[in-house]
Amino acid sequence: MTEPAHRPRSDVPFYAGLLRLGGIYVLLLAGLLIADASYTPPPQLWAALQSAEIRYAVWLSLWSCTLSAFLSLLVAVPIGYLMSRHRFRGRALVDGLLDIPIVLPPLVVGLSLLILFHTFWGQWLEDAFKMLLEWLGVRRVRRITYDIPAVILAQFAVAAAFAVRTMRVTFDQIPPRREQVALTLGCNHAQAFWRVALPEARRGLLTAFTLAWARSLGEFGPILVFAGATRLRTEVLSTTVFLELSVGNLEAAVAVSLLMIIAALAVLLLVRHFGSERNLALAVEP
Amino acid sequence: MITVEQLSIRQGAFRLESVSFVVPTGQYAVLMGRTGSGKTTVLEAIAGLRRIHGGRVILAGRDVTCEKPGARNLGYVPQDGALFTSMTVRANLGFALSIRRWPREKINARVSELAGLLGITHLLDRRVFGLSGGEAQRVALGRALAAHPPVLLLDEPLSALDEDTRNEMYGLLKSVRARTGVTALHVTHSPADAERLADVVFRLRDGKIAS
Repeated sequence: MTEPAHRPRSDVPFYAGLLRLGGIYVLLLAGLLIADASYTPPPQLWAALQSAEIRYAVWLSLWSCTLSAFLSLLVAVPIGYLMSRHRFRGRALVDGLLDIPIVLPPLVVGLSLLILFHTFWGQWLEDAFKMLLEWLGVRRVRRITYDIPAVILAQFAVAAAFAVRTMRVTFDQIPPRREQVALTLGCNHAQAFWRVALPEARRGLLTAFTLAWARSLGEFGPILVFAGATRLRTEVLSTTVFLELSVGNLEAAVAVSLLMIIAALAVLLLVRHFGSERNLALAVEP
Repeated sequence: MITVEQLSIRQGAFRLESVSFVVPTGQYAVLMGRTGSGKTTVLEAIAGLRRIHGGRVILAGRDVTCEKPGARNLGYVPQDGALFTSMTVRANLGFALSIRRWPREKINARVSELAGLLGITHLLDRRVFGLSGGEAQRVALGRALAAHPPVLLLDEPLSALDEDTRNEMYGLLKSVRARTGVTALHVTHSPADAERLADVVFRLRDGKIAS
């Protein structure tokens, strides 16, 4: 007697289950966007943009996020590379330290920054910064805490941790063998890094930058604590939403939220476009 | 000539003690051993990529034991090619020369010469993504040979290739050797590689060399 031929059961229930569970979240997100958009007719969005305070917040948000994303990359690349390629004493401790901004409530990061600037060294830094501003003849910015530098520092403190993580995973995924080959071809470690490792990490760089930028745009708690919410000075878009809500101006709060969504989507799409394999390929091909 | 004298390497529980062998100038040596026998480790030690505990490495008459990998003047072809994926085939081939600050015309001439020797002229302006296994190994070989090193180290260069490509590569390696006069050390577990290519065969067993 031969066994009857085995026929696997249908795949339909499996994929139906996946689609149903995943679909719930995608629908929730789409619902949020649609609700915001339908709550704010374009004239209202336009009106919100006419306000000097909101225009200032848009401008400050855009360039402070860009600056803090660049600063994040500046520390994320060396840390990510060292952590990925080298074993050293105290590595586990550094590893733990680097995750603190990720696990800590952002509000606590802001509070800790404030406390840091109340210590002797913090005060010293503040004074040195003031003298530097005076020497440079800068009038717009007067100090670190409760001023624009605090906004950037608060964004950077949290965003950099995400950039560090991204860069570390990026370098982990690039086989060290390629840098070793570069060493045998006559490079020193610096040349192997600049010519081989970093160009191969370009996608990771873009991802880390986007993540840090988006994270900075969404930062609220630490900015409120460390930089305050002074209109036309330290007000960024997330602060605006909070300020408008607190005075009961729901329409403006939603309009600004929508603005943030549009800005975030624009940056994500832009980075995806320039980060596509085809466009990166064009950059290296003659 | 490749001379390895009393080489010892210790890494955790892994030990190689007193490994010695000589590959005469212009000869093609095959170092055989099982997976985990430490043959790749020996190659890396010669290339300067692994710290050694004792012994000496002499390449082309120069004691390079304390030299950095880049000062040892050797070509290294790792197992999977390890091509630089952010560059074109041309840039891969010319890499060692641009590090040495050769003028552009000289680099171009050398790259064309290498591409001709290895039969990859049609690939020069492609990126390395999408190259076949055989093509990638040709590029890796060319990149290693670019700066005219007297010594060539190959780590299982043919292990990932299909039968036909492997046969082609045997012919190519032989002609490269005849044309360049390079002294080669080729690490493998494949007896066929040894049979087809070797002038000298060494076997690494239990941390010792038997020839």
